[in-house]
This record gives sequence, structure tokens and C-alpha cells, in this order.
Amino acid sequence: MNELLFLIAFPLLIAVLLLLVPRDSIRDVLVTGSAAVLGIVSLYVLYGYFNRNTVMFDIPTEPWGNVMTIIELLLAVYILYLGVKHRKSFTIALIVLQAGLLLWYEFFLKPGMHPENNLFIDQFSIIMALIIGIIGSLICVFALGYMKTFHHHHPEVRDRRNLFFFILFVFLSAMFGLVFANNLAWILFFWEITTICSFILIGYSETEEATNNAFLALSMNLLGGVAFVGALIFLAITDPSGKSLMLDYLLSSGQAIALVPAVLISFAGITKSALMPFSSWLVGAMVAPTPVSALLHSSTMVKAGVYIIVRFAPVLSGTIEGLIIALVGGVTFLLASFIAISQTNAKKVLAYSTIANLGLIVACAGVGTFNLVWVAILLIVFHAVAKSLLFLCVGTVEHRIGSRNIEDMSGLIGRMPKIAVMMFVGMAGMFLAPFGMVISKWAAIEAFIQSPFGLIFIAILAFGGSATVFYWSKWMGKIISVTRQPEVVENSVTKEKWAVLYILTALVIICALIFPLISAVLIEPFVMNIYGQTTLLPLANLTIMILMMGLLLFMPFTMLLYRTAPKHTGPYMAGRPTDGHAFAGSIGISREVVLSNYYMDRYFGEDKIFMIGAATGWGLLLFAGTLLVGVIL
Amino acid sequence: MTYLTKSPWIVHYDCSSCNGCDIEVLAALTPVYDVERFGIINTGNPKHADIFLVTGSVNEQNKPVLKNIYEQIPEPKVVVAIGICATSGGIFRECYNVQGGIDKVIPVDVYVPGCAARPESIIDGVVTALGILAKKRQAMQEGGSTTPAKAGEGR
Amino acid sequence: MIPDLTVRVGAALLYIILAPLVGGLVVGIDRKVTARMQGRVGPPVLQPFYDVLKLFEKENLVVATAQNYYVLSYLVFMAVAGALFFSGGDMLLVIFAFTLSHIFLVLGAYNSFSPYSHIGAERELIQIIAYEPMIILTAVGMYMVTKTFYVGEIATSTIPIIMYLPGIFIGYLIVLTIKLRKSPFDLSTSHHAHQEIVKGVTTDFTGPNLAIIEISHWYEYVFLLGVVYLFFAFNPFIAIAAIIVAYFVEILIDNTTSRVKWQLTLRTAWIIAGTLCLVNLGVLYYLQGVLTL
Ligand code: SF4
Repeated sequence: MNELLFLIAFPLLIAVLLLLVPRDSIRDVLVTGSAAVLGIVSLYVLYGYFNRNTVMFDIPTEPWGNVMTIIELLLAVYILYLGVKHRKSFTIALIVLQAGLLLWYEFFLKPGMHPENNLFIDQFSIIMALIIGIIGSLICVFALGYMKTFHHHHPEVRDRRNLFFFILFVFLSAMFGLVFANNLAWILFFWEITTICSFILIGYSETEEATNNAFLALSMNLLGGVAFVGALIFLAITDPSGKSLMLDYLLSSGQAIALVPAVLISFAGITKSALMPFSSWLVGAMVAPTPVSALLHSSTMVKAGVYIIVRFAPVLSGTIEGLIIALVGGVTFLLASFIAISQTNAKKVLAYSTIANLGLIVACAGVGTFNLVWVAILLIVFHAVAKSLLFLCVGTVEHRIGSRNIEDMSGLIGRMPKIAVMMFVGMAGMFLAPFGMVISKWAAIEAFIQSPFGLIFIAILAFGGSATVFYWSKWMGKIISVTRQPEVVENSVTKEKWAVLYILTALVIICALIFPLISAVLIEPFVMNIYGQTTLLPLANLTIMILMMGLLLFMPFTMLLYRTAPKHTGPYMAGRPTDGHAFAGSIGISREVVLSNYYMDRYFGEDKIFMIGAATGWGLLLFAGTLLVGVIL
Repeated sequence: MTYLTKSPWIVHYDCSSCNGCDIEVLAALTPVYDVERFGIINTGNPKHADIFLVTGSVNEQNKPVLKNIYEQIPEPKVVVAIGICATSGGIFRECYNVQGGIDKVIPVDVYVPGCAARPESIIDGVVTALGILAKKRQAMQEGGSTTPAKAGEGR
Repeated sequence: MIPDLTVRVGAALLYIILAPLVGGLVVGIDRKVTARMQGRVGPPVLQPFYDVLKLFEKENLVVATAQNYYVLSYLVFMAVAGALFFSGGDMLLVIFAFTLSHIFLVLGAYNSFSPYSHIGAERELIQIIAYEPMIILTAVGMYMVTKTFYVGEIATSTIPIIMYLPGIFIGYLIVLTIKLRKSPFDLSTSHHAHQEIVKGVTTDFTGPNLAIIEISHWYEYVFLLGVVYLFFAFNPFIAIAAIIVAYFVEILIDNTTSRVKWQLTLRTAWIIAGTLCLVNLGVLYYLQGVLTL
């Protein structure tokens, strides 16, 4: 139990220290050191709990509950102040509504409720803790160097790094709290903290765009927060003993009681993980410094959304509401993948790819059979690793070449060879067999085919999956094309950044190699625990996958065969090159060759597809809402 | 034994021909003559080709192009100059910008005379080229370069 | 009824050794038939082998050394995909390996900074996204009929799969046209004696690399025709006849149509073939619910 409390309290303590540090050097030591501690402790948690299924901890609800309430109300006042200052009436309305509901809950419903086991840990929590503790803290280390360069490049932005790192660590703390909390009221508390953390981080640069996007993120997440509070109130009214506030009790109490809160909380999860009608906040969040995006996309924030939905998967399973939520996820997967085709902005492609994958996770969780829950958790793991690597690579590239446009990354392999190879690995991790995401896609197809209405999702997977292949491959092609810019510009990347990038790259490969182990030790027991049956991977296929992986890792060495042999020539330019990368025109003009990818804007344009997605998403959600009202009445 | 003679692929470049020879070359590639019988394929790309058919004389504008295409054909390769223009500059020889036959720029293996060269003689030229191709392949196996290092050295 | 390991490995090895021979022969016959359809004599049936052997005799001229790696990986993973298929492996795994190998070809084309191979690469990618969903849906359809993804079990099942999956079969034939690089869908590069300005994805490959690409195509052909076999697996004779007819139809289509734009290719593959597949699957799903097959 102490490890859990440590993981929640330690980042908080460091955060406060970081708020006070006067110098860069101290901050560097502090962040690096505590990142190492967090990583080690989360591994220790793995070691201590992996074979113990669910372990409950009886922490007294008070005084912590009251402290949380006070913090929540203070934050509400703070947001109210900001809302008034920036004249965001929608945000104001939402925060007033939420605070009102919360007050009602606190003063009229909460007294008399005594949930007991407020903290718990099981294999799923361990996985999340590992993601937060390892990937999250690696990103924090990376942010050290990144923010120095960031302020160097953007002298107009106020240097508030103390605040920045304070928030990063609060964020980690809240995430740990969220995945360890068993009391829904506590989850809500941590949930709101992550919302506010991301709000501050997105608005870090204080430009108008950043502020607006921050408020967009805030209001969408507050909307989810309101639904979450709604779930609490519903539970408090239906079960005044407060027992069903406990996650484990609620999940095992059957659909009759749990369905309404499950759907409300899933709605909150949908807003948090930026599925289709709400996807714009995550896309807008890319105005923040890149480590923030990496954090939001891989190990925190959006993962909180899918975490909670996957938790409720057994309740959603087999219900119409669950199916609708799954459909929201499926539609998001399909359409976000399409939109990603049309984007030239690297961060936007990454953002839409995240949204798509979260959609897939929610689709799995919404249908909620045991196979699909297994897939969903696997997706969470693989996505976290590969996506954090990609974001950090793009961030590094952006600082070196001064652009985040994919078209400008042409020939990156010559200019930033190591980073290019890392991006290559990250992208392969996102869509190529035998890396993680494809394993999940494969398992998802096999699982959907056995579930009701699975056909719809298989069609979605087939088409969305090929769109995924398209946008990643053309980006990959872009970075590996050999152009005439041999000047290497990656030497100024600092050592700690390299360390982070190397570790993440290694993690992508290691995860693909040892995923059977991850599955056997953590995911399968978890699924077994809930459903009484679990996915068993056919051994033959596993062997083949691992052999393929070995082959894939071996293939680059075949280049050694060609060390000396081949004669080089310029690319074919219809016979008219001057020096390999230019066309010689008439009257002595020479034009540099510029190659551009297909973006098919007419077919997969963002505006058009998003409209479709938002309309479908809202339609589905309203339908689910109507059903829910029917159930409540 | 070489398979080069069984599957000679051609790339055709029009230097500054009057188009007379080009039409004859294309005529030789039509279904009437059906050169695919002999495995001959007209590729559009020097990198896939074995035999370089050039029509017309060389001038300042297309000199680098001719050279570039030649260089992008992997060894072993043969060059066939088609028509009197490609051979020596022909009636354009005295033009202010014309350099003369293509052997001013790249080494030529077979000259097919005529104005315009007839399809039959073009095919004959290609067949002759096949023999040279086989020899070059042999030379390549024995090691060493197959083509003179500089253009015009043979003359 | 999964055959034991030796049989599987044996089948895989047999495929790796024989597929290039069979594939090359198929291409040779294809060229002969095509020539006859055009009123020509055509090349010898063994011409594809001559071509490849010749290409190996040529010098390897590259733009970037990495090209060799991509092309070799293309071959290796194509062979892996096919070997998995013929050893009775999981159909979905086969498809993913198949896609992987094509991505390597695309990357090889992107590797050289030539506008021609670049466009070829983009178009190859469009082809991939055009056919991939259909192949996955084919596998799913076969699963719905035979309740297994294992090729070994599908091939030995006695159910006449084609009776349940006519729509999917037609959809598969449509994407087969794309995959065999036949008109009207030979966007990224065409095969044998087509007259081209330049050759799409293969533009910047020479000699041995081109030969490797050609051999990979042969592996691919055999695999693709193997999928046709599965539709008729209940009776091997009918199956082989079906393969011959299907291939003949493809040649006919090749010789009677002209190339279309990528937009139309994508639309045909997604909308026409996709609808056929999905309607077929939907009906099957419904019937299975009603009749509890
Ligand atoms: S040789 Fe005669 S036909 Fe041929 S290009 Fe010269 S002028 Fe024209």
C-alpha cells in the first residue's frame, strides 16, 4: 500500500519543489532523479503485485475526502475567475453547473455514505502505472532540454518553466491516483485535476490561439465532468449506503445498477479521450510544447478516458448503450484515420492517429467481450510506447529544421539519421506487422467476428486500417528518400534527450518482442479475473510473429552485403539532371526537384470528414442519452 | 552462355532527329514485326535497358541528356546509332549548334546507316548488337571495363 | 485437422522452391496468350525466366545503397507470406505479412528522389489501400463459412465456399486485377510488354534488384491464385479449373480495357467491390442467424 501512496504523493512533493527551484541545474537534477525513482517504484509495484490479482486497501475516506472537496471547489473558483477574465461563457456555465452539482452531492448526499476500500491495485492498474511511471517520467526528462530550446526559439513566450514542471508532476500524481483509486468520488477528483493540468499546459504559451484551445479542451472535459458528477449523484441516490461508489462493488453489482453510471462515466471518458464529436480539443492541444502533446497522447489524459471505459467494459458488454459507445469509437477510428491522410502537419497526423486508436480502444471496450478487453489493453500499451516516441522525435525535428510540416522532412534520413531511424521504428510500431498495433488489429478482427454486430466493426477495421497504412507509409517514404542535404543537423541534441529517445525506441521493439509475456503475466490474469475466461494466444502464431520480428530486425544487416559493391547513379530524371536533384530547364535555368505526397484533400479533407464524424457522434450519443433517460425513469 | 541475347531490352532516345528514323524505330516495334518474339521489349527507362537506340545528331542542348541516359544504363550495354544523323551528323552536320554523330559524346557499338534507316536494317543492327552484348558480358565476367573510358576514343 | 509440423514445413519449403517456377510459367503463358489475343506470335513461354536470368547478369546500379535492402525485404516477406499461406497458417497473419512486404517495395521506391518512382510509390500505396480491405473481408468471409482462419483447415473443408461467398469472390477478382497489375488498374507499374513512358515504382531499380522484384511478383501470383483455390477447395479439379478461368478472364480484361485514373480505381475497389463483399457478408450473417448454420 505504501508504494501506491508513494507514487501519488512523491510526484506531488517534487512538483511543489519544482515550483520553488530557482535554477535550471537544480531542476535538471530534481526531474531526472525523481523520474528515475518513479520508474523504479512502478517496476517495484509490478514486482510486488503482478501475481496477486486485485488487492484492496482500506484507507479512511476522511479527512481526504474533505480535502479533495475543498481543492475541487477552489479550482472551480479559479476556473470561474479565468472564465470571466477571458469571457468564456460556456465554460462558466459548465463550471457553475458542475460545482453546483458537486455541492449538492457533498452536502446532501455524501454524509452517511461510507465507502471503505478507497485504493486498490490489479494488473490493469499495474500496466497503467508502468505507462505513467516509465513513459510519463521519460517525457518529463525530455521536457527539460526541450523547454530550454523552446524558450530559446520563442523569446516572446513568458518563461514559466517552474509552473510548467510543477504541472507536469501534478499531472503524473493525479494519473497515479486515478488508476489506483477505487472510490468513484476520488477518481472524479483526480479526473478533474488532469483536466485542469491539461488546460494550463495547453495554454502555456499564452497566445490567443493557445488560450482559446485551452478553453476548448477545458469546456469539453468539463462537459464530461458534469456527466461524471451525474453518475455519482445517481449512485448516491440509488444506494445511500455508499457501497456502490466503490468501483469493484459497482462492477460486480450487475447491469441493472451499474449501467446508468457506466454510460455516464463512459461519456466522460469519450470527452476525455477526444472521440469524434470532441476530437477538436486534442487536435487543438498541439499548440502546446511537444512534450505536453507526448504526455497527453501517450501516458496521461486521453489514457485516463479509455482506462475508465475499459474498466466499465464488463458492464457495457451486450447492452445497446455499450454498442452505441463502441460505434462512437468505431466511427472515430474510421474517420480520424481518413482525416490523417489529408494532413501535412506532422503533429496533426499524430493527433488524428491517436484519436483513431483511442476510438478503436473504445470500440473494443464498448462491445466488451473478454477477447476485446484483452485487445483494448494491448492497444493502450503499444500505443503509449510508440506514440510518445513519435511525438518526441517530431518535437526534436521541429527544433532542428524549423518546421513540423511533413513535406519539409523530406530526406530526413540524411540530415538527422538517428532520429529518422527512431521515427521509422515508431511508425513501424504503429502499423506494420509484426509490431504491436498490428497484433492488436489482428486480435481485434478475430475477436469482433465472434461478437454480436461484429461485422460492422470488422468493416470499419478493414477500411480504417488501410487508411492507416497509407498515411504512415507515405510519411515513412518521405523521411527515407535520399535527397541532396547531407548536412547532419542532429548533433546539437543533448545527451539526456538521446537517452530518452533510445529508451523509448528500445521499448517499442521490446514490447513487440515480449508482448506474449506482458499478456500472460498481466493482461490475461486480469481478463480471467473479470470474465472467468481469457484470450489464449495460439502458440504457433506467436512463434511465427517472433520469428518475423527477428527477420525484420535482421534484414537491415543485409545492407552489409552491399557495402562495397553497387555503383551509384543519380535518380532517373528523364535524362535531364544537372547534378542529381534538379531539372535543367531551357535557357540555363535549373530547378530543384520538389516532391510532394498525395493528401487527397478533396476526398479526406478535415472539415468535411469532421462534420460527418461530429454529426454521427452526436447522433449516437443523443440516442444513448435517450435510452439512458428511459432506463432512469 | 548469356541470357542477354534472349532478352534484350531497348531504350530509345531521339537526339535531334528529323523524326524519320524515330518512326522507323517505332515501326520495328509494332505488332507487325513483333519483336517481343525475340524477347525484345521497348522500355521507357535507361535503368532497365540493355540496348540504347539513338536517332539524330547531337547538339549542345541534348548532349548532357544523351550522356546521362547512357550513364544510367547498367553494364553491359551497347549503343546503336540509327540513321546517318546519329552516325555522323548527316545533313545537319554543318549546323551551327550540331556537334556531329553521337559518338562525339558516347561510345557507339553499331552504326546503322540510312536516311531513314529501314526497320529491317534496324533489326539487323540490333541483332549485331546482341553479339557485341554477349562479348561484353564475357569481358565483364573476366573482369575489366567493357567500354572505352572516353567517347570518341575508338575513332 | 491441422497437418503436423513436418507437413507444414514441407509445404512451406515446397512453396519457396516451386512458386517462382510456377509463377514464372504462369507469366510466360500469360504473355503468350496476350500476344495471341493481339494477333502476334509472342515470346517463348520461358521468356520470363530469360528476362530474370538476364537481369541477374546485369550490373547493380543504385541511387542509394538502402534500395537493395528494401527490395530484398520485399522478396523475403513476400516469400514468408506465401509460405505461411501454403503451410496452412492464419490467413490474417498472411495478409499482414503480405502488406508488410509491399510496404518495403513502396519504401524502396520512395528511397530514390525521382519524381517518377515517387509517383509510382504513391500509386502503389493507393493500390494497397484499395485492395487490402477486400482481402481482409475475404478472409473474414471464409471464416464465417468455415469457422476458421487457418488456411489449412479452409483448404480441407468440404463446404463449397463459393456458394456462400459469390459476392466476395467477384470482389476478390476485382482486386486481383489490381494485384496482378493488369489494366485497367495497373496504376503503379505494369508488367511485361506494356509500353510505358517510365515504369512507376520500379523506375530506379536496375539489374538484380529488378530481377528480385520480378521473382517477388511470381511468389505473389502463386499466393493470389492460391486464394482463388480456397473458394473452390471442396473439389480440387473444379478449383484448378476455376483458377485457369479466373486468370483467363483477367487476361481478357487486361487486353480489352485501358488504364483508369487512381480515383476510379479506388472507387471501384472500395465502393463496388466493398459493397459486394459487405452485402455478401451481411446476408450470410443474417442467414446464419436464421438458419443457425
Ligand atoms: S538520318 Fe535522315 S531520317 Fe534519320 S534522323 Fe537523320 S535526317 Fe532524319
